[in-house]
Amino acid sequence: MGLHKSEYKGLLGWIDARMPTMMSEYKKHMSEYYAPKNFNFWYFFGGFALVMLVLQIVTGIFLTMHYKPDARYAFESVEYIMRDVPGGWFIRYMHSTGASFFFLVVYLHMFRGLLYGSYRKPRELVWIFGCLIFLCLMGEAFFGYLLPWGQMSYWGAQVIVNLFGAIPFIGPDLAIWIRGDFVVSDATLNRFFSFHVIAIPLVLLGLVVAHVLALHDVGSNNPDGVEIKDKLDPRTGRPLDGIPFHPYYTVHDVYGLALFLLAFFAILFLAPEMGGYFLEWNNFIPADPLTTPPHIAPVWYFTPYYSVLRATTEDFMWVLAAGVAAYAILLFLVLQRAAVKYAILIVALVLVVLMIGGPLKLDPKFWGVVLMGLSVTIFFALPWIDQAPVKSMRYRPLWHLGLLVAFSVVFLILGYLGTQQPTPFSTYIAQACTLLYFAFFLLMPWWSRAGEFKPVPDRVVFAAH
Amino acid sequence: MKKVLLFLALVAGTFWGAVTHAAGEGIHMDPFPEARLKNFASLQNGARLFANYCLNCHSASLMRWNRLQDIGLDDRQIKDFLIFGTQKVGDVMTVAMRPADAKVWFGKAPPDLSVIARARTSFEYSGPDYLYAFLRGFYRDASTPTGWNNMASANIAMPHVLWERQGPRETTIERVVETEKGPARVVTEIDRDGNASSTTTPLSGHHEESFEVSFKPVDELRERQYDSDVADLVAYLVYMTDPSASTRSHLGVWVLLLIGVFAVAAWRLNRVYWRDVH
Repeated sequence: MGLHKSEYKGLLGWIDARMPTMMSEYKKHMSEYYAPKNFNFWYFFGGFALVMLVLQIVTGIFLTMHYKPDARYAFESVEYIMRDVPGGWFIRYMHSTGASFFFLVVYLHMFRGLLYGSYRKPRELVWIFGCLIFLCLMGEAFFGYLLPWGQMSYWGAQVIVNLFGAIPFIGPDLAIWIRGDFVVSDATLNRFFSFHVIAIPLVLLGLVVAHVLALHDVGSNNPDGVEIKDKLDPRTGRPLDGIPFHPYYTVHDVYGLALFLLAFFAILFLAPEMGGYFLEWNNFIPADPLTTPPHIAPVWYFTPYYSVLRATTEDFMWVLAAGVAAYAILLFLVLQRAAVKYAILIVALVLVVLMIGGPLKLDPKFWGVVLMGLSVTIFFALPWIDQAPVKSMRYRPLWHLGLLVAFSVVFLILGYLGTQQPTPFSTYIAQACTLLYFAFFLLMPWWSRAGEFKPVPDRVVFAAH
Repeated sequence: MKKVLLFLALVAGTFWGAVTHAAGEGIHMDPFPEARLKNFASLQNGARLFANYCLNCHSASLMRWNRLQDIGLDDRQIKDFLIFGTQKVGDVMTVAMRPADAKVWFGKAPPDLSVIARARTSFEYSGPDYLYAFLRGFYRDASTPTGWNNMASANIAMPHVLWERQGPRETTIERVVETEKGPARVVTEIDRDGNASSTTTPLSGHHEESFEVSFKPVDELRERQYDSDVADLVAYLVYMTDPSASTRSHLGVWVLLLIGVFAVAAWRLNRVYWRDVH
């Protein structure tokens, strides 16, 4: 017969006999996936991110039915959706509010990772997939932002694509290749549309699946940073501190989701522009290649990195070069292997020369781009630069938490400054914050080991509700 | 400091409607009376003014005529009282003037006004406040091609289209400028017929450059009626920028209530399930 012998009856039995994968995967990821029972507030955001992904895809499908990726009609077609398509305003606001909320929950989700050391062994791959998702999400947001074809869409894309022009030798040609034209134009709009609606979402979905699969292979971390798989029930072989994801965390997440949706819909219905942060005012002016807006700022979720870019001025290069030299000397002093030590010195020397070395130096704009890129990608390094003997902040010295909070404040300050017109004073602040931002990561191998650590309990800390 | 002084000046002069120069920060703008947004009579008056005065040069090409049903007008009324040309109620509000011609005549094609209240909003001021200040901020200025200037938008190409409704005003422009002989205060008085006279007083010490305009209406009742009409017009522009806004906020309350009820149910369900986790 070739049929699998099913334990189920009826329709489910019929399907299971022919496709046992369905029930076995359901068990593996839902009803028999054992998650630590001590999840707290911070563990909502991963699920919310998944909901936002689905929401963006579904609303995106409906928007694509009415949107015209043509420089002549794009702006109009968005307003057509807002005015003439039944319920169109709702779909569009869900998508625009959704974009901001997606980033909001992803940032909180990442903060959770830093708080409880969720990226530490054995979850490095989970973290790397997560970082790749974050990069994709930034690409997705960037490409999508051009589509309404307003002034901010247009000039934002122009500024960001021009950044590629700062790369030595190939830069200018690369920028033209990306735009498909000498300026952002219809050609650019069409390719960005293609990236936004199919290319990036495909990759994004794949990465999300990989992220979840990798997580379910090693199991979830928890606020105590205790490995629940180390303490199994001798009878059943299940983690003593684990509970089936379904139904416990499904009902739990549905409850959390309801509260989340309250905030989401409050903004969507009552303040969809969110004071100019979710929908920028300038973007209600159709794109005009001949008029540069006086102030170009990306949407709030990009502004911390944008601040890093703007902070990298000609004068700041000296500070950066000094920073690179100091860090190289630090590494030289602490590292053991001679080959590595000298290699680092040579690399640092080359960097310093390219930063400030008279005729050999590269445009500060290029270094701004490098720093901006680094400020996003440095998250990848976390599993290796965090050297603390315990995972969770709960059992680390209190000042470690202080540093994490300080880092978050620096991130928020950079974010705020990125929305504002730069002044000489605010540029100094942004530069100081940029240094602190990188110092947090670059010095982590040392500070994360320092201080008094508290003993980690054998089992998770949990009080029944 | 400028802001504080300006505020005091405003409080002091009861009849002197003072709003300031646009060029960025520190401008005082009378708040647009938001209550007009909820008043159909105001919105309809705004629509009438819009169709009569604005919709000759400015289009609103994202706005359909029959959308005005939102503000209590039926197709018959829209056709009879608002559409002057041969357009149908299902058409969008376009104008006959070609942008290329407009550019020759005014130096710049008048912008489409469909979403202008949103487009003119910034972190410094709200779009409705700006429009309310702008439409009441015209003053005579012989140095511009149209003979008009505007304190909310300096050297704007647009003339004062509504001047007949507003009536004559006496204008005082007070500027602190940097001259070759140091800073000076230049006070320009423009009388009701548009004749200007200037006096320049040298100042000692350091002074920030400033620009302030104040008005004294000749007919105060007419001025008040004009301000009210402008408020209606701005209300209409705000409505037009996002016609679904009122539906949205009404619906929103119900959606939030529904989710609130759902949240309570989800919370209880969660409690029931988690009772057996120890």
